[in-house]
Amino acid sequence: MKQSEVHPMDKLIRSDRMPHIWCSGCGLGTNFSCFLAALDSSGLDLDLCVIVSGIGCAGRASGYTNIDSYHTTHGRAIPFATGLKLANPKLVVTVFSGDGDLFAIGGNHFIHAARRNIDINIICINNFNYGMTGGQFGSTTPLKAKTTTSPYGNFEHPFNLAHVASASGAVYVARWTSLHVRRLVTSIEEALLKKGFTFIEIISPCPTNYGRRNQLGDGLQEMRYYKEHSVIRHGIDPKDAGLSFNGEIIVGKFVDIDKPTFLDNQPNLSKVEHKP
Amino acid sequence: MKSAVLTGEHFINGDVACAEGALASGCRFFAGYPITPATEIAETMSERMPQVGGIYIQMEDEMASMNAILGASSAGVKSMTATSGPGFSLMMENFGLGLMMEIPCVLVNIQRGGPSTGLPTIVGQQDMMQARWGSHGDYEVIALSPYSPQEMFDFTIKAFNLSEKYRLPVLVMADEVVGHMTEKVIIPDENEIKLVKRKKPKGPAEKYWMYKADADLVPAMASAGEGYKVIATGLTHDERGYPAMNAEAQEKLIKRLCDKILLNKEDIVEVMEYETGDAEVIVLAYGSPARSAMSAVKMARKEKIKAGLFRLITVWPFCEEQVFSLSKKARVIIVPEINNGQIVREVERAIKGKAKVISLPRLARIHTPQDILNVIREVEK
Repeated sequence: MKQSEVHPMDKLIRSDRMPHIWCSGCGLGTNFSCFLAALDSSGLDLDLCVIVSGIGCAGRASGYTNIDSYHTTHGRAIPFATGLKLANPKLVVTVFSGDGDLFAIGGNHFIHAARRNIDINIICINNFNYGMTGGQFGSTTPLKAKTTTSPYGNFEHPFNLAHVASASGAVYVARWTSLHVRRLVTSIEEALLKKGFTFIEIISPCPTNYGRRNQLGDGLQEMRYYKEHSVIRHGIDPKDAGLSFNGEIIVGKFVDIDKPTFLDNQPNLSKVEHKP
Repeated sequence: MKSAVLTGEHFINGDVACAEGALASGCRFFAGYPITPATEIAETMSERMPQVGGIYIQMEDEMASMNAILGASSAGVKSMTATSGPGFSLMMENFGLGLMMEIPCVLVNIQRGGPSTGLPTIVGQQDMMQARWGSHGDYEVIALSPYSPQEMFDFTIKAFNLSEKYRLPVLVMADEVVGHMTEKVIIPDENEIKLVKRKKPKGPAEKYWMYKADADLVPAMASAGEGYKVIATGLTHDERGYPAMNAEAQEKLIKRLCDKILLNKEDIVEVMEYETGDAEVIVLAYGSPARSAMSAVKMARKEKIKAGLFRLITVWPFCEEQVFSLSKKARVIIVPEINNGQIVREVERAIKGKAKVISLPRLARIHTPQDILNVIREVEK
């Protein structure tokens, strides 16, 4: 292959799996590239890096990544990742999945892994709906938004994911959009190198489903919307960073603290005697 | 550091023996959720794991527990979870993932009465068919049925060995009576315990395929962190581990997943026979009812009735050939179970009408030897 034909990220991609399944205009390609760029620039030993995902469009990222990858069941990526990390603490484990996977069916696992401060990284692609099944509303869909199962407009209150993460105990919480590629890469790199449970939310366009049903235009127009409506507020209390259907999108690094992890707190009982 | 193998004689219950069996097998990761009557397994693990450098984690539910042990085993550490009926139902989802991804681990079910919350502290054997068919799709499983605290120790080791050898989650289908019964358990010397380790890849990492099986139909398993760039998915996949959404891939994969068990039945299946040689009436049992059945057979023999006991140690895969061969001598097969009659259906299927099969169902209580003896006498008339 000529030098010009080699993509700088080829070593991190299973190129024989291409083309990927993602729609044109979807933010996942960009988000995935940001993850790969951060992996690359982190200086981590790639043999020790693992990607775990659940089910959905974002969940397919694991199988495209040329590191150890596990594509698990719907919602269960976090407990699988927990097992990997605790069994081999040298591993750097990242869960890359969608909002429906991580916060609806997998919501309980998320809050408990955050509470325990399991040293894993969560990258959540939030496109405000279930893309793979055709665009149903989920736990992040803004009020009034139309989806295939909210034809009269969504009447359920959505989660503010950054607030959920922070309140549950995450030591690092950031939110960016698919447009903020450089800041996103920096954030993912920080998370990869940080000890403890980290959470990065990426607001990402789904022009095929969510965008189309809400007249948001194509992927590029959604990106323009992000450009015009994003406000960077580092350090803001995540409870004040909620999202609405057509309001501003507060982005930035909200939480960056340190506390002992699950493994740090393990009892050391090397001298305890036991009689059954 | 405290020894993982507590060699010696102990007076412990089946749950504790199970936990000790796991530790003696080299299990160093336990994820679970409290549930009666399996709680003592988790309690023992929470005390013992830190002593042997292992991890005990109490998960938020049984779906998470099952997934956590799959993750831990994927990182190369032998792992186990333990539960009872309601938790077993929740574990079925990711039991399927373990079968599909071919991840060795052990799932213990101390059965209680169901359905739903049922009888939290009272015995049952009502999950025997769920063990076989509880997760969606086609597959084969391995399920063992211990009938004493000693076997809770021994069969947990056996379950780990089978799981490592055949690369799948193996079920220990115990029941509350066996789990809570306290008896003498002998833990042998560490070097007397034979352990099987999963097959590891040999060639260069670039040429490794996660699901390319050898002649025994079992693929070598690389762990995360070893540089093999593992690709594993719950989707139907080809030998590389790449998703393959077509009929050919589905048929090839499901056939291998089933055949790796079915074609190795001789190695996997274990039964115990007592006085079956000339027996005309055979009690076919597993788990705690087999204890009563043993007494009943001994009592019948004293009455000169040609009775025998055929005990399933491996319930799944079902030993239909051996059961069929019982019909050469036996006129009647009596099947006592603490359910409405589950395994008796398999017995009827295997016996092909060549002997009379009598179901002896009980709910929420173990059969007494007299219960079984009465039926033996009846059919002997």
